[in-house]
Amino acid sequence: MSDETTTGLSHRKLLIWVFLGSDCMFFASLIGTYLIYKGSGVLHPGPADVFDIPTTSVSTFVLLMSSMSMVFAYAYLVRDDIKAFRIWMFSTIIMGSTFLGFQVFEFSEFYFHDDLSPQTNLFGTTFYALTGTHGLHVTIGVIWLGIIFYSSLFRNTVTSKTNLDLDLAALYWHFVDIVWIVIFAVVYLFGTFTGFPSS
Amino acid sequence: MTTIPFKLPLNIKLYRPVSPTGVWGWLTTVDHKKIGVLYGVTAFIMFLTGGIEAMLIRTQLIAPELKIIAPEVYNQLFTMHATTMIFLAIMPLSAAFFNFIIPLQIGARDVAFPRLNAFSYWAFLAGALIMKSSWFLGGSPNAGWFGYAPITTATFNPGNGIDFWIIGLQVLGVASLAASFNFIVTIINLRAPGMTMMRLPLFTWMTFITAILLILAFPVITVALIELMLDRTFDFNFFNTKAGANPILWQHLFWIFGHPEVYILILPAMGIVSEVLPTFSRKPIFGYPAMVLAASFIAFMGWLVWSHHMFTTGLGPIANSVFTLTTMLIAIPTGVKMFNWLGTMWGGDIDFKTPTLFAVGFMSMFLIGGISGVMHSFSASDYQQQDTYFIVAHIHYVLFGGSIFGIFAGIYYWFPKITGRMYDEKLGKLNFWIMFIGQNLTFFPMHWVGMQGMPRRIFTYDSGMGWAFWNGFETIAAYAIAFGVLIFVINMIKSWTGGKKAGDDPWDGRTLEWSIPSPPPVYNFRDIPIVKSLDDFWHTKQKSSNSNTKVKSKTKVSDIHLPQPSYWPLLVAVGLTIAGFGIIYNLVFTGIGIGIMLITVCAWSFEPVNEPDSH
Repeated sequence: MSDETTTGLSHRKLLIWVFLGSDCMFFASLIGTYLIYKGSGVLHPGPADVFDIPTTSVSTFVLLMSSMSMVFAYAYLVRDDIKAFRIWMFSTIIMGSTFLGFQVFEFSEFYFHDDLSPQTNLFGTTFYALTGTHGLHVTIGVIWLGIIFYSSLFRNTVTSKTNLDLDLAALYWHFVDIVWIVIFAVVYLFGTFTGFPSS
Repeated sequence: MTTIPFKLPLNIKLYRPVSPTGVWGWLTTVDHKKIGVLYGVTAFIMFLTGGIEAMLIRTQLIAPELKIIAPEVYNQLFTMHATTMIFLAIMPLSAAFFNFIIPLQIGARDVAFPRLNAFSYWAFLAGALIMKSSWFLGGSPNAGWFGYAPITTATFNPGNGIDFWIIGLQVLGVASLAASFNFIVTIINLRAPGMTMMRLPLFTWMTFITAILLILAFPVITVALIELMLDRTFDFNFFNTKAGANPILWQHLFWIFGHPEVYILILPAMGIVSEVLPTFSRKPIFGYPAMVLAASFIAFMGWLVWSHHMFTTGLGPIANSVFTLTTMLIAIPTGVKMFNWLGTMWGGDIDFKTPTLFAVGFMSMFLIGGISGVMHSFSASDYQQQDTYFIVAHIHYVLFGGSIFGIFAGIYYWFPKITGRMYDEKLGKLNFWIMFIGQNLTFFPMHWVGMQGMPRRIFTYDSGMGWAFWNGFETIAAYAIAFGVLIFVINMIKSWTGGKKAGDDPWDGRTLEWSIPSPPPVYNFRDIPIVKSLDDFWHTKQKSSNSNTKVKSKTKVSDIHLPQPSYWPLLVAVGLTIAGFGIIYNLVFTGIGIGIMLITVCAWSFEPVNEPDSH
């Protein structure tokens, strides 16, 4: 892919940006559906009954930090410091997986403890569809990073020359992270927010 | 057959094929021209099946109170007719031109992602097969091409028909998205030196805008389809009104996609017409920047008008007024385009060849469709017209008289370039006049019966309603259209196999595709051209017309590196098909299909990009 391009950018870099633009509309539609149905379900439980903000805050923090460690991984790769790159890469993967672990825990807690399934009510339907889709994105991201990490460990094919491979995965990773911030605010925080205290 | 070995993780060894021939050559091809031909032929066959569905519909309506076709089957017919024509005919026929023409117009040797391009075609074929197989697997979808939920939920619509529709459209969506990603990157990043954005031929511009619309619109319908699929397959509540679901949600999601979609259908045709008219009027396009801006404005406004499809759902006077205004606004940039086409022809040395006829046919038919569109953009009058044959008349004027005429203009225009042979001009003109007269006699009376209150999507009507004469008339005229298409098919087959040689530049063309041999060699351009102005090829010809200085090529053909064929695009599409059928029949197959996709995508990504000795 070293052929000359009109803009000087690589084709793949443009492709990932165009893809992310498209994915924005995908999440916008899901979040839109969630917001349209917010508060219009006829059955309990609702957001305020099931959300545990402190727990989800921790997993949100972990995901945010994974973006930071992703930045470090990329920075070290560009400097050809493969050892440091591997450490930060590994930590990114671990944090991504931790986030997924939290999500599995959260889903099972809602499902078994709060009797909230996708079939229960509109909140269940829209909540699981939205956060599940996001979880799927994170899973794909973890697999993607995992393949790069594997290639680095056992094939030695990840160097500063091939940093574009990581750059693309990193852009995707940051995007998924940003989407989560929106979801955390719109679904979790707005869902439990009871109004400002009257003064 | 030679191959290039490469290694996957876990030391799995695989091979990349090198220039296979025959059927293998087509199955593994990544050549944009071959893919374009595959797209075109497949989509045209789909166009014919959609046409057969239309003929069955018209036959049932030829006289009142007929029972040739049962009401259940009639519902399936009109649903499949629209779905086929929109997603399996017009869109992929446009995609055929994108594939074949765009790299030639921008001076590139292929698209940015040749394997992704091949995948787009195979996924399109998979989606078409899933959709069409429903006829043989227990009934087709029957809820209209818009598939309004909750009527499409399992409660009201048991059976597999809707599932075929959901899965088919999602697979087609994947195909369209992949193709659009590819074309956006190609147009931005593979232009020849000097080919600035404002020197792009207008067909390339329209493709670019269409692709942008597509990547933003298709995710919305994908989400709607996923929601419906979750409802039908896993008992989710998205469209379950008992759980408090909003019955209008689907309509909003669908039309937020659906209105940009109609511009996805018409913009490529507008692009084709903008190529044909300057060439055959011997004049540059009138108002090139205005054309680009008008199309961009149409594309932008396309996002702000979706609720005009929903005036009668009771959104209230304010919403209806706003959407009335935004919809009427679109008439302005469309008018700009219309006047620019007229301005292009004005004072030109017009040569009325078949492509010109179709292009002028496009303009006149699209104008009538546009005017009836402005009529129901006004929400108060739309209450009279919603769901009547008036709307059927409108959409057939813009999609048949518009998009299809534009596409036919394109087929005739580029036929010599694609096949290297000339079509039969007499048959071409006969084809145009039969289709043009047939289209007007079929669809114009629909305005009248629509105004008299004949609702669309009913399988028959009472003899006392006074609709019998025009319906019989329309049906006979529709047969004339079918006859016109038959002449087209004969012309194509006859000319492709035995037409006289066309030469490189039969039309004295303006754009780069006419500067290379017909049909183009695999590598398209031996030397990548350098572009100095809009219609550069035309100007070069003017300058060198007397001296006949043919520049000797410096590039050796053996030095040109082309992307190698690949098995993986086809295999990923096979996985996608299995996964799709799995959702309809048994989720185990979905698992298997996704497994196949994971493995094949992995193999795809490790495949060497070019010959091993090139780096």
